[in-house]
Parts: sequence; structure tokens; C-alpha cells
Amino acid sequence: MIEGLNPGLILILGALLVPLTSGIIRSILILALPVIAVIHIHMLGLGTWGHYEFLGLSLEITRIDPLSRIFGTIFCIAAFMGMVYAVHVKDTIQHFAALIYIGSAIGAVFAGDMITLFAFWELTAISSVFLIWASRTERAYRAGMRYLIIQVTSGVVLLGGIILYYQDTGSIAFDYIGLSSIAGGLILLAFGIKSAFPLLHNWVQDAYPEATVTGTVILSAFTTKLAIYALARAFPGTDILIPIGGAMIILPIVYVVLENDLRRVLAYSLNSQLGYMVIGVGIGSELALNGTAAHVFVHIMYKSLLFMCMGAVLFRAGTVKVSELGGLYKSMPVTTVFCLIGAISIAAFPLTGGFVSKAMIQSAALNGGLNILWPVMLFACAGIMDHSGLKVPFFTFFSKDRGIRVQEAPINMLIAMGIAAFFCIGIGVFPGLLFDLLPYAPTYDAYSFGHIVSALQLLFFTVLAFMLLIRYKVYPMELRSTVLDFDWFYRVPLKRLALAVGRLVLFVWNWTLGIANNIVNSVINVVANTHGNGKALARTTSSSMAIMIIVAVLGFVVVFFYG
Amino acid sequence: MLSLSSQYPILVAIVPLMAAPICALLRGKTAPWAFTTITSACTFYISIQLLFSVASSGPISYELGGWAPPWGIEYVVDLLSGFMLVLISGISTGVLLYARESITKEVAPQQLGLFFTAYLLALTGMLGISITGDAFNVFVFLEIMSLSSYALIAMGERTDRRALTAAFQYLIIGTVGATFYLIGVGLIYLMTGTLNIADIAARLPEIEGTRPILAAAGFIVIGIGIKLALFPFHVWLPNSYTYAPNIVTAFFAGTATKVGVYLLIRFIFTVFGENYSFGELGLTDILLPLGVLAFLTMSSVAIYQTNIKRLLAYSSVAQMGYIILGISLASESGLTAAILHIFNHAIVKTGLFLSLGCMFFVVGSTYLKDLEGIGKRMPITTFGFVLGGFGLIGVPLTPGFISKWYLVVAALEKGSIIGYSLVALLMISSLLAVLYIWRVVEVAYFRDPPDSVVKREAPMSLLVPTWIFILGSFYFGIETSFNVGIAKVAAAFLMGGA
Repeated sequence: MIEGLNPGLILILGALLVPLTSGIIRSILILALPVIAVIHIHMLGLGTWGHYEFLGLSLEITRIDPLSRIFGTIFCIAAFMGMVYAVHVKDTIQHFAALIYIGSAIGAVFAGDMITLFAFWELTAISSVFLIWASRTERAYRAGMRYLIIQVTSGVVLLGGIILYYQDTGSIAFDYIGLSSIAGGLILLAFGIKSAFPLLHNWVQDAYPEATVTGTVILSAFTTKLAIYALARAFPGTDILIPIGGAMIILPIVYVVLENDLRRVLAYSLNSQLGYMVIGVGIGSELALNGTAAHVFVHIMYKSLLFMCMGAVLFRAGTVKVSELGGLYKSMPVTTVFCLIGAISIAAFPLTGGFVSKAMIQSAALNGGLNILWPVMLFACAGIMDHSGLKVPFFTFFSKDRGIRVQEAPINMLIAMGIAAFFCIGIGVFPGLLFDLLPYAPTYDAYSFGHIVSALQLLFFTVLAFMLLIRYKVYPMELRSTVLDFDWFYRVPLKRLALAVGRLVLFVWNWTLGIANNIVNSVINVVANTHGNGKALARTTSSSMAIMIIVAVLGFVVVFFYG
Repeated sequence: MLSLSSQYPILVAIVPLMAAPICALLRGKTAPWAFTTITSACTFYISIQLLFSVASSGPISYELGGWAPPWGIEYVVDLLSGFMLVLISGISTGVLLYARESITKEVAPQQLGLFFTAYLLALTGMLGISITGDAFNVFVFLEIMSLSSYALIAMGERTDRRALTAAFQYLIIGTVGATFYLIGVGLIYLMTGTLNIADIAARLPEIEGTRPILAAAGFIVIGIGIKLALFPFHVWLPNSYTYAPNIVTAFFAGTATKVGVYLLIRFIFTVFGENYSFGELGLTDILLPLGVLAFLTMSSVAIYQTNIKRLLAYSSVAQMGYIILGISLASESGLTAAILHIFNHAIVKTGLFLSLGCMFFVVGSTYLKDLEGIGKRMPITTFGFVLGGFGLIGVPLTPGFISKWYLVVAALEKGSIIGYSLVALLMISSLLAVLYIWRVVEVAYFRDPPDSVVKREAPMSLLVPTWIFILGSFYFGIETSFNVGIAKVAAAFLMGGA
């Protein structure tokens, strides 16, 4: 293999072969690419490669250090899982776009300079939108278009930031940037759009649920986590990220209460989980960054697992609406088990991956003296427990049996879910294996004070939630309203407030959006009325008119010269 | 001994000129084409030789008929004109490789001899303008180029009768442009008594404040502006490009307007000198707004077009705006960006028109409504078109990105609020380019083809030259030492030299 080839390019180049293959050869190809890439990453070891001069800028195509290596490794594993899950799909465009998308995300992770980063950054945007459009519905087309506009905007903002940064410092190396200049602010904004900061987050819930069954699984793993990596690289220890992350954890929970589409529920909870990672980056200590990396790893596993389960349900039952599902455990027992594993992992039960990684971030927060984050994280635990831990599996697989009788998920989907479930549990039981890959030497002592405190806190909530689950079983749920009543029980003090805050935010957001929409619409109208086909500027004027214009300009220019 | 290579400057113009009448006598489908292609390839070879020799040993001066300048006509090859010669003859040759099968669909067989005669004359005119060092000789070549191009455009009438009115309108407006140019040169001759460009440049400083010279500058800038389709003098261009035969459009899109730009650069920097042009004449205040308006309005117009050929034509006017903006910044980096974009846009746009020509060859139309699902019917062609579109947008790894990069750097160098807002406007314009390319992509890939048609690619004789241009554009977007290198040196020479 070429020395120092950016591992992302393996997938991108491999993607070019996809249209030429079919059947079993294509299956082997798409499964082999992530494996080759991960082997390539670890064969290369640490270092930098691919130094080129370009327009007087020094590029560094490949940089492998511990931080980029763990993200690259996670991405390759997630890519493999996604490909196993999608191997039955016959749609060339989807495989092609998915591989380009994954390849560019991995490429961006290993980019040593910001021009390379920008190139891959834009490529992830352009390629991933095809996974949304592949649903081939009008809704998906529109959502994809909005998604593309936002993603490309992020790229444009990033480019602006890079140019200013280059003007300021004369360097384009992709290292710590910080917030000391406008350039840093622009770059943070670009990263923030991609990592779905509060008020910049809508594209996640808008676009992800519209993608294809397999597309959502793949989408959910890469774009936002790439942004988290970029944040960890460029803005570790930036204080503003801590309140942003806190808001990120809380806000989606407010919206999710009312949501009926379960894939959208998961998209909201994904957004909330990202908040943990943003907080980790914001704290910026070694433990926090380790925790962030670990949480990314674990999060990709359980979130993919949950999306895969919902995807399998959508694939078989044709819907993931709360109001149309129920009692599927009889038909899809294996999927049910996997979904439960994902649910307990996202809810951070002990002996699951989520427990380990969340504990690390929470301990880091505590060590950093950020006590105020505690109530936030506790509230979030309750919220996550509710919507991802209970709502998703309960309404899908248990709840009222609506007589849906379908087959179990296809075998390749089950294998993919199995891999994810294996990691969810495996990391929980043997966290040491994950620790070895982390960017900093693992200083995390499982028996430190911080860990014990967080473990107790988490256990308290898990036990509480578990009891609630038992109560669900005591009341065998004929009606949805019962569940909502029960929501009232443990969230009432906060729910009203949260809803009020949510409404206020929604109002301000809608108002701003409305005004912005009006402005954009009127600009488009004016342009269409003047530049549209056959309108003033696009009309072929008569020759005499053209000459008149020419003479008038000539007159003006000559007078101008005389002056 | 009189070696052949010392005669290259005259040969590059005289070979196609002499070949043209011979071509008119040739009959049949293949003979005129083969003859023209060989002739064009010869000029390409000579141009490369000239460029190498200029790059290694400095500008060449060639006296026509042994008459010493400033009395006789002088041919001058410096780096910029050598660059233009290579560009023009290279694009001409590439387009001709594509022409054999393509043109038979659009021009009657008995007219092929005349068609290629006109083609050779247009090539002669462009090469001549680039190489001559005599202001009146420029006019002669300008007319040779223009007259033959009116004929070439009118030959599109077999496909669409509107080619005739388009050519006629171009004739009227183009003649006005040429006349303005001639009036300007006449005024200069009146005041300086010379037509040799270097000689004019030497004499001008004494009389540069006089009214005739100021008027001459106005006439020349506007005259050339019409020829290069400077906004708002672009009315002739969209129709001409739309209704001309495909290879003519591809050839002209890459070269004809670029020759106008070359002439403008020559007059602004060599004849008038940058200090006079941007100091006393204040050309920045005129060219900069026109350039900005060009790329904003024309890109917007392109979005709404229903005919892809017309869409690309409007995009060409918009791209001219970038070049004019580069010139108007009156800095070395701005001029570098302008010269660079002459080359980069030429190669990208020719590739786009050629791939569109492939679609026309198979489908018989370039209207969006007839090309639904073309991505499934002609995947190779359409993919080429999309890659070319990336170049127009300025995606990294394409030459469009390189040009825009230099343009942004030049705008930032200007500093102040104007520079920053120019950068913002450039970004907006790139977004507009995304939109108009997207319209094609949407129709090509996201609409289903009509049921009756089967998958059929264009023949290899069309596909191969098209892909040479597409891949070539990526080559020059990644390995930029040729285009960027020459543009930088040429700009430094023009700014520092004359």
C-alpha cells in the first residue's frame, strides 16, 4: 500500500469501483474497504505523511496521532457495521455515496492542515446528501436540499475562517486554534453547525429521519462526530463550549417529548448526547478528552444500534410512528433484545459502554469544579432514560399489540446489530481495551472518588428508571395516555419550565426564521422578476437598444476620462 | 542560414491563413476536417515552440518583410502572447479532434469545406491578434476573426433558424465594436504618428492628458469590451453561443472572448501603462463595478435558463466578470488571477460545451426538458459534465478553485471594506454557480428518463476529446506549475515592464 496514503482515500478510491461491480463481488468490496483502512491506519503507526506545497501553502495530507487514530478507528468500525447492515441494498448510488461519505469523513480526521480538512469537509456534505435523496420521496428531496444548504454553508464559513486565520498567522496547520480572533470564531461556528450546537441543530432532526433505512444508520455515525473531532483538535479547553454543551444536552429533550416518529426521537437524543462530548471538549483536561473520545466510540455503537433496530422495524413494518407500533417483540424477538441492549447502554447502566464513557466525562466535570453541570447531567439522564431507554423499545416492541405480524430482520442486519451490541456490552465489561486506544495515557482510576460518586448517582437514576419499567409491566399499557400520565410523575417540576423555555426558544427561533425567510423570499422574487427567463436582464434586446446602451456607456466613460 | 524556427512568428499566423483557401476547394466529409486538424496541430506545435523559446530566452521580435519597426509591421511574442497562442491553438486542435462526427449532424456535407475554411480564418484572426505588435494589424485580424465567426454562427441554421438572426445581431454589434476600436486607434495615430504598439507606448507619456487620447482610450476600452462581451455589452453572446454549431460554441467559448481580454490587458498595461490606466483614467472605477455586476447578474440569469447551452453562455459572461475584476484590481496578484482565469475558464468551459455537444449528438436537443434522466442514459458524458461543472463552481482540485483562490487573495490584498465585500460577493457568486450547475444535475440524475429511450453513449470520437478536456482541467487544477507559473511571470512582466 502507498506509504502515508490518507486512509480515507482508500474508501473513496474503493467507492469508484462500486459502480463496476455487482452481486457478491460488490458485497466483498464494500465490506473489505473499511477493514483494509483500519489495518492501514494501524500499520502506518504514528507520524505525518504527504507533505506538498500548494499555492505556497504547506499541505499535510496524512497525520496520525493518538487523537486522530482513535477517531479513525471508530469510524472504520462504524463503517464496517454500516456496510454489513446495508449489504442487502441493491442501490448503486447509496453504496457509492456512503463510501465516499465515510471515506471523506475519515480523510478529514487524518488531515494535517486545514485546506485538506476543508476539501474533505465539503465532500462529506455533498456525498452524504445522496443518502437522504436515495429515499426518493418529495419530503426527502426537500429535507436533503435544506441539509445540503446548511452543510455547504458550514464549509463556506470554514473556508472564510481558514483564509482569515492564514492572513493572521501565515499558517494553515490544523492544530489548536482557540477563540482569540475572528478567524477562530468563524471556524468554531463552522464546527458548531456540523456538531449541531443549540439553534444550529435543526438539520439533524430534519434530515436524518428522512434518509433511507440504511442511510440513517450511516449518517448518524459520521458527520457530527467529525465535527466533535475537529472541536477536540482545535478548541480543547474553550470555556464557552461548556454552557453550549449543557444547553445541547437539555434542549433536545424538551422537543422530544412531543415527537411521534421514533427515528426523529433518536435524532433528538443523538443531539443531546453530542452535548456530553462538547462539554468534554470544553473542559479540555486529559481525562475529559479521553472521556470525549471514549464517549464518541461508545455513542456510535449504541446510537447505531438503536438506529439499526428502528431501521429494521421500518424495513419490516413500514413505519416507526409511535401511534402505529406495538407488540413487535413477538415477531422480532432478536431485534427486541438488541434494542434493549442499546437502550440500557444509552441510559448508562453499569456494565455497558455508556456507563464507562459518561462516567469519565462526569468525573472530569467534577474534578474541574464544574458542580453546576451536575443537575444538568442528572436531568439529562432522566430525559434520556425516558425517551431512548423507555419510549423507543417500549412503544415499538411492547405497548399495545396492534397485531402487526412481520418477519424477523434480515440476517445481515442482525449481524450488524450483533456487532454493535457486542461492543456496547464488551466495552462496559472490559473498559481497559478501549482505554489503550485513547489519546492520553489512561489515568482514569475506576475506584477514584469521582467515579464512585458518579456511579452512585447514575445507579440511583437507573434503579429509579428500572422501577418505572416494572411499573409499566404492572400496568400492561392499553393506552398511550397512561404513559404520558406517568411522565408527569417524575418530570413535573421540570417539564413545565422546560416546555416554557422550549416554547420561548421556539417562538424566538420561528420569529427569526420567519423574518429571514421573508427576506430570502423577497430577494429570490426580485431576482426572478428581473433575471428570470425572458425578464429584463435575460431578454435579447433589439440591436438598436444594444447600440444605445453601448453609446450611452461610451459617452459616460469618455466624460469620466475627461473629468 | 535562415532556419525555419526563426520564421515561427509569421508561420503561426500565415499557415492557417494560407490553408483556408485550399480548404475551401476540398470536398467530401473527411478531407476538409483532416486538413484543418493537421493545420491546427501545426500551429499548436509552432506555438509551443514559441512559448518555450520565449520562456527561456525572452521576448521575440519579428520584422515583417524585413521592414524595421516602427515603419514596418512587427510581430512580438512575449510570455503572455505565447501563452495565448498555445491556449488558442491547443483548444482549436482539441475541438477539431471532436469535430469529425459531431459536425456532420449540424452542417450539410457540401458546406463542410466552407465551414472549415471559416474555422481556419477565425483561428488565423485569433492567433494574429495575439502575436502582432501593430495596433492596426490587430484591427485587420480582429475583422478576419469576426467576419468568419459571423459565418460560423450562421451555419447553425440547420438546427435552429434563429442562428441567422443571432449571427446578424452579432454582426451589427461586433462591427460597432471593431469600428470603435478603429476610431480609437485612428485618434492615437493622429496624435503619435505611429501604429507600432511599443512605439505608441513610448510616445504617449508626452501627450497623455490630451483630449483625443482620452477619447481614444474610451473608444478602445468600449470597443474591446463589446468584443469580449463585457456586461452590459453581452447581448450578442448568449444567442450566438446558443444557436451556433456545438464545436463552434466550444471553440469560441474557450478562445474568442479570451482574445478580447488579451487585447484589453495589452492596451491597459502595455500601451497606456498601469499608472496612466488606473491613475488618470481611473479604470478601476469603471471596470470593477461592471465586473461585479457581470458575475452577479449573469450567474443569476443563468439559473433560470431552460436551455443548457444558453445557461453556459450566460455563465461565460459571468466568468468574464471574474477576469475583468482581476484586471480592475490594478495589482500584480489581480492580473495574475485574470490571466490564470483566462486559461482555466477556457479549458473548463470548452470541456463543458463538448460534453453538452455529446448529449446533443445523441438526443438532438440541449433543452433541460429533453435531457431528463440523461445521467442514466449517458452516464459517462453526464459525469464529465458534472466534473466540468465543479470547475465552474470552483471546487478544490479543479482549476476554478485555483483562479478563485488567487482572485480572493488579490481582493484581500486590496484590503479595506471593498476588498472584504468583494470576497463576500465572490462567495455568493460561487453559490449561484452551484445553483445553475445543480439544475442540470437535478434534471440529469433525479428525473426518470422517458420510457421509450434506451441507454446510448456518444461515440468514442466525441467522448475521448471531451474527457481529454475534463481530465486536463483536473490536471491543471492539481499540478498548477504551468498555468500559475506563466500567469505570475507574465503579470510581473506586464506590471514591471511596459
